Amino acid sequence: MSIIENHQTHGAPFSDSPKLTARNVGVYYGDKQAIFDVSLDIGANEVIALIGPSGCGKSTFLRCLNRMNDTIDICRVTGDIELDKENIYDPKMDVVPLRARVGMVFQKPNPFPKSIYDNIAYGPRIHGLAHSRVELDEIVEKSLQRAGLWSEVKDRLHAPGTGLSGGQQQRLCIARTIAVDPEVILMDEPCSALDPIATAKIEELIDELRENYTIAIVTHSMQQAARVSQRTAYFHLGQLIEVNPTDQVFTTPEHALTEAYITGRFG
Amino acid sequence: MTNTSMTTREKVEHSMKRRRAAESRFRLYGMASVLFGLLCLVVLFGDILSKGGSAFTQTFIETEIQLDGDYLGLDASSSDQDVRNANFSGLVKKHFRAMVNPDGRKERRQLYSLISAGAAWQLQSEVIADRSLIGSSLRIDLLADDDVDQWFKHDRGHEGEHSRLSELQLQWLNTWVDEGALKTRFNTRFFTNGDSREPELAGIHGAIKGTFLTLLVTFLLSFPIGVAAAIYLEEFAPKNKITEFVEININNLAAVPSITFGLLGLAIFINIFGVARSTPLVGGLVLTLMTLPTIIISGRAAIKAVPPSIREAAFGLGASKMQVVFHHVLPLALPGMLTGTIIGMAQALGETAPLLMIGMVAFVVDVPGFINDPSTVLPVQIFLWSDSPERAFTERTSGAIIVLLGFLIVMNTAAVMLRRRLERRW
Repeated sequence: MSIIENHQTHGAPFSDSPKLTARNVGVYYGDKQAIFDVSLDIGANEVIALIGPSGCGKSTFLRCLNRMNDTIDICRVTGDIELDKENIYDPKMDVVPLRARVGMVFQKPNPFPKSIYDNIAYGPRIHGLAHSRVELDEIVEKSLQRAGLWSEVKDRLHAPGTGLSGGQQQRLCIARTIAVDPEVILMDEPCSALDPIATAKIEELIDELRENYTIAIVTHSMQQAARVSQRTAYFHLGQLIEVNPTDQVFTTPEHALTEAYITGRFG
Repeated sequence: MTNTSMTTREKVEHSMKRRRAAESRFRLYGMASVLFGLLCLVVLFGDILSKGGSAFTQTFIETEIQLDGDYLGLDASSSDQDVRNANFSGLVKKHFRAMVNPDGRKERRQLYSLISAGAAWQLQSEVIADRSLIGSSLRIDLLADDDVDQWFKHDRGHEGEHSRLSELQLQWLNTWVDEGALKTRFNTRFFTNGDSREPELAGIHGAIKGTFLTLLVTFLLSFPIGVAAAIYLEEFAPKNKITEFVEININNLAAVPSITFGLLGLAIFINIFGVARSTPLVGGLVLTLMTLPTIIISGRAAIKAVPPSIREAAFGLGASKMQVVFHHVLPLALPGMLTGTIIGMAQALGETAPLLMIGMVAFVVDVPGFINDPSTVLPVQIFLWSDSPERAFTERTSGAIIVLLGFLIVMNTAAVMLRRRLERRW
């Protein structure tokens, strides 16, 4: 595949009002390189979908954006990633406030084995966002409302979060992320463990959240990418192949590999 | 049989027979192993219970004794010190002499040997508690000697040639039996006395207290140190050659024969640091060395078992390393750590060899009050008694084993229940 060797990202990877900018990012797990020279902007208040076949590096790239890869010992990141013009891989950068600004929702719903209330309140508590019980109560209610979970759980806030259904658990995790009031939310296949009804609710939620947050979502479902995102980035074997407005990617893809993927010839 | 002529289905059918046979054979092996284990347990418990059960009863001689104030040199106003100095032992001898009229020194000595030295102390403590008894006659169950105790409980009616009692003694005893004076009662002294040279006076109170104090020291040291070490190694230590070396050596430590720890304790705690030997403090220190690897290894396993998704969730919210460990990992790992600790403590409870090295094998009569008093522990007490020639001590050895096993069962049950209760699902 000569196209891969002389690689160049097609389309429009850069944005006029970028929130996050990644330049020439490479990621290595030990000796193995997982991501090659990725440059991409994530615009403010947009939803960008990262798609591509399994193992293409889209989740790895996502995890670079709030330095979750730091928790893996052998992982090494090169290149620059800036959040509001601030290099997040600067040695002076503290990951704790960074992750408060760039929140993350994981593939498998992972509520803490605590009550629903404590799940939401945990982030505000550790970051000292609430100065009184009343304020904390407000944050919890507001976060649950924005995640569309309030009416379902308001009578059992002190029941364990692990007792909710899968879809509710994932919305709880989103509410937990919102409670810290981040600027960017990273979502790593948030619906892959959910049924279509729960998925629809989360997609609706993502659409609403766009008003206030910048969202990057990794997904395996092309319909989902088409439904929720404004821009779509196609990754292939660790390289960023094409970035374009979502409708353009799904109707007239620029690159042959993108076309092959969205038409289901592989992936 | 030619495989080529068979269809796939026939081949599967054919192999099924073998697979089913293998399965039932394997189930049989398993059942046989379990049965063998159970059988050993039944034999062990049966043997110990049948031998040791009688340690919990003791033979007494019921009699009415005149507390002669003139003979004792006491009256209602005598001080406790006077009572302690009074010749109760002579009074007991005089009383029994009057009962059977022995002829000559030799017969008198035979008579005296039927009654325990503890009988005089029984009278003494009665008088200390109530001075008005002086001059009156007191109906009391006096402790019989261990030979009488063994004869009455086990050998009566079929005395062998090896009986430690003479014809004359048996004659006296049989008259007492006919009068209904000999009887067995629950052996409270077994639980309230310290060790003694006289089996009928020997008890496990000192050993139990010593065990408790020793385990207390062990727990207070090994739990915090073990948990801290497990958390550091698992969560904070950089993964390099040094931590690897430490890790290997903790595993090695777990396999070191326990007597080695005793020698180490002797050399370091007693000879270098001058900790008093034979005390629960030094015993606890030595057992801490022994228990630590168990706690560290089980603690690390418990930490490893915490699902990574919980860690990720906390990190993703911006929790610092410390917060992730103390808010999420530790609460989830604690049940496993506690179980490991209790199992380690149960091991320490049964440990004898290292304690022999640090002098806890001494004959200690007094019940220890604190961790710096000389004392012994249950397994060492068992070891000591099992070495004694008296039959009554053999019985008490089994009695003490029953108590020790009881403690072990309680601790292991506690470990299982704790795990069930605290176990959380995620």
